[in-house]
Amino acid sequence: MADRYVMSIDQGTTSTRCILFDQRGRLCSVAQREHRQYFPRPGWVEHDPVEIWRNVRRIVPEAMAHVGADAGSIAAIGIANQRETTVLWDRRTGLPLGRAIVWQDTRTAPLVDALRDRPGDEYFLDRCGLPPSTYFSAPRIRWLFDHVQGLETRARDGEVLFGTMESWLIYNLTGGIHGGLHITDPTNASRTMLVNLRTLTWDPELLDFFGVPRVLLPEIHSSAESYGEARALLPGVRITAALGDQHAALFGQTCFSPGEAKCTYGTGSFLLRNTGTELVRSRNGLITTIAYKIATEPTVYALEGPMAVTGSLVQWFRDQLGLIGTAPEIETLARTVEDNGGCYIVPAFSGLFAPHWRSDARGVVVGLTSYITKGHLARAVLEATAWQTREVVDAMNADCGLSLRRLKVDGGMTSDNLLMQMLADVLDLPVVRPLVAETVSLGAAYAAGLAVEYWPDLEALRANWHRAAQWLPAMDPERREEEYESWRQAVERSFGWVRPSRRPGAP
Amino acid sequence: MGGPVQSIERAAAILRLLAGGPRRLGLGEVASSLGLAKGTAHGILRTLQRVDFVEQDEVTGKYQLGAALLHLGSSYLDVNELRSRSLNWADALAARSGEAVRLGTPLEDRVLVVHHVFRPDDSLQTLDVGALLPLHASSMGKVLLAFGTASLGTPPDARLEAYTRHTLVTRRDLDRALAEIREQGWAMEVQEMNLGEAGIAVPIRGQGGLVIGAIALSGAPERICDPDGRPQPVLIGLLREAARAISRELGGGPPTAPRQRST
Repeated sequence: MADRYVMSIDQGTTSTRCILFDQRGRLCSVAQREHRQYFPRPGWVEHDPVEIWRNVRRIVPEAMAHVGADAGSIAAIGIANQRETTVLWDRRTGLPLGRAIVWQDTRTAPLVDALRDRPGDEYFLDRCGLPPSTYFSAPRIRWLFDHVQGLETRARDGEVLFGTMESWLIYNLTGGIHGGLHITDPTNASRTMLVNLRTLTWDPELLDFFGVPRVLLPEIHSSAESYGEARALLPGVRITAALGDQHAALFGQTCFSPGEAKCTYGTGSFLLRNTGTELVRSRNGLITTIAYKIATEPTVYALEGPMAVTGSLVQWFRDQLGLIGTAPEIETLARTVEDNGGCYIVPAFSGLFAPHWRSDARGVVVGLTSYITKGHLARAVLEATAWQTREVVDAMNADCGLSLRRLKVDGGMTSDNLLMQMLADVLDLPVVRPLVAETVSLGAAYAAGLAVEYWPDLEALRANWHRAAQWLPAMDPERREEEYESWRQAVERSFGWVRPSRRPGAP
Repeated sequence: MGGPVQSIERAAAILRLLAGGPRRLGLGEVASSLGLAKGTAHGILRTLQRVDFVEQDEVTGKYQLGAALLHLGSSYLDVNELRSRSLNWADALAARSGEAVRLGTPLEDRVLVVHHVFRPDDSLQTLDVGALLPLHASSMGKVLLAFGTASLGTPPDARLEAYTRHTLVTRRDLDRALAEIREQGWAMEVQEMNLGEAGIAVPIRGQGGLVIGAIALSGAPERICDPDGRPQPVLIGLLREAARAISRELGGGPPTAPRQRST
C-alpha cells in the first residue's frame, strides 16, 4: 500500500528515535536507541557520529517492522535533531574527524568570554541574532581549528565538511562519499552564529571573523522541500524536511500564526513564539531565531527564551539531595504542604539564561526559616520553573507588544499536574497539553509530509491538533503579584556571586 | 497441593537473617550463614533486590532489608509516578478510541483519579485529576474490587448508594458482576454512575502481576457499547493494549532514560 506513513527521525541528545505517523498525525510505531555520552574532561561532552549513524540504520528497519511497512509505504522522511552539536568529517573518506562536540560542552567558555568583551554582544546580535555563548557552533569550529593540528589548512583546501546532526545524517542517507548531499536547513544554520538572519545565507563578515572557510559549510535549503532520495536504508524514499528539535516542536504544536507559543519542558526548557514573517529583535533578553521556512514561502521567525535549568533542578533534588526517589515524586512531596512557606530557589547553576543572561549568577535558596520542610523546598523547586517561564513570557510580551493568550506545553514535565497548575496560575493564562506528546518528531513529520502533499496545507495539520488536558488560572491576583515580587528579589540575590577577580580553583 | 517451594523458604531465611542484626551483610556471609552455594544466594538476593525487599550498598556491595518491606500492605507506587509512566500510552489510547481516558488507584473506599486525558474532540472538558469515584458504580472501581485491590467499607448486608436507577445496590448483584469481571478481565458500567455515560476498565498490573490500578474509557453509551449493550470489542482491545504497555512499564526493569533537549 502506498504512502501510509511519514517517517520522522529524531536525533536527540541521549537517543535517536524513529517514529511513523499516519495521516491523522497519530503515532503508529516507535523504535529508539540510546548512544554513549563521552565526558573526556570536566565540561566536555561528546558523541560518536558513527555510533549515531549506526543507530539510525538499526531503528529505521525496526520501526518499519513493527507495523509491517516497507519503503513503498513511506511517503517521506523528516529529520529533527539536537541543535548546535558540531560534526566535522573527511570529504574523501566520509568518516568523522573525531567525535561530535555536543551543545552542552563548555570548552569554548574562554573564547566566548573574550567575544562578549570584544567585539561585544551587539556586534553578533545585529548579524546573527545570538549573543556569544558556548552553545553555538562557530566558536567550536574555531576551537577545533586552534587545537587540531593541520585542520584549518585542510578545511581551507576543501577536504573537510562541517555539519550539525541533520547534515551528518542526510549526507549518509543520501549516499555518503558516493554523492551524499551536504545540506542544512535555516533553523539549524541559524544556531551556528554564522548566518545572516535576514538573507538566510552564510554571512561573509562572520565567516571571516571566525576564520571559517565557506567550502566547509553545507548548503542552506528550506526546512521543508525535497532534498533528494535516500540511497541507504530506504532507497528511493524522499528526504523532505529538517528542523532543529525546538523548532520542530513549535511546528508539531501547530504554532503557525504570529503570537502562538509553545514551551517544551525537559532538562532545560525552551519557549518559542512565532513572530510571523517579521524579524523581531529582542530588547528584553530573548534570542531571535528562525521558526521554519517551508519551500519557497517567506521565512517565519520566532523569539526564543531558553531556560537552562528546569527539569534538571528536579534531577538535582533527586540525585544530589536524595529527597525523592524518582522525579515524579516531587509532586507528591510538594503536595504535603500548602505553599512554599516563603522559600524560593533560583537555579542559576551555571549562570542564568533568558531573559537575564548573567553568567556571574549562581544558585540561591532564600527565605529559609526553621519552619521550612522538604515539602516547601519541593514546592520551591517546581515554582522555579513556573517563575522562569513567567519572566520569559513577560519579555516576549514586551518585545511583541502583544500578550500571549495561551501557552501550549509539551515535554516530560507536563506529567506534573501541580507544576502545570502553577504555570497557569503565575502566567494568568490557560496552559494546554496536546494529545501527541512527541511534538518534536511530529513536527519533523508534518514538515516532511507537507513537502510531498501527504498533508495539503497547514490547516489540515491544525485539524490534527487535539487538547489532551488544560489548566486554568485560579490564583488570587494580589497573591500572584506578591509572589512574583519575591521571586524577582530572589533572582537579584543570585547575581554577581561569581567575581571575575577570583582565582580559578579558589574556594 | 504441592510441597513447599525451596527457593521461597530460602528467600525467607535470607530476609530473617538480614532482619536479625543491624549490620549489612556481604554475599559470602549470607551464603555461609545459611549453608547455601554463593551462586544460589546471589540469585535469590538479586531477585529480592528486584522487588525492593533487599537493598545493596553501592560502595561495599553489602545487603540490607529494603524500604519496600517497611510499607508492605500499603500502596507503594507513587501515583504521580504512575501518571508519568502512563502518559504516552494514555494519550495513544485516547487518540485511537476517540474517548476520554482515566487512570485510577484505590484511596480509602474510593477510586482516586490519578490521570485524565480529554476526549480528543476539543470540546470543553474539565480536568478530573484528584476526583474520587465510588467503587461499586465506576468501571475502574469494579476492577479494583474484582481483583482484590480495594474493598468496600460498608457491612455486607448494607445497601450500596444508588447514583442512578442503574446502580448495583445489593451485594449479591455486585458480587455476581465482580465474578464475571474476574472471568472476562474487564469491567463495564452503563449509566450506573451518571446518566448518559458508560465506562469500561481493565486492570493495570505491577510487579508480580499484582493489580495496582485501573485504566478506563468513558463516553456516551451508544459509542461505548454495541446495540446489544456489550462493550465495543475494538475498545476492549485498545484498552487491553494500553494496560499491557503500562504494566510492562511498571513491571520492573529500569525506566527509560530521560531525554534531553538542546538549547
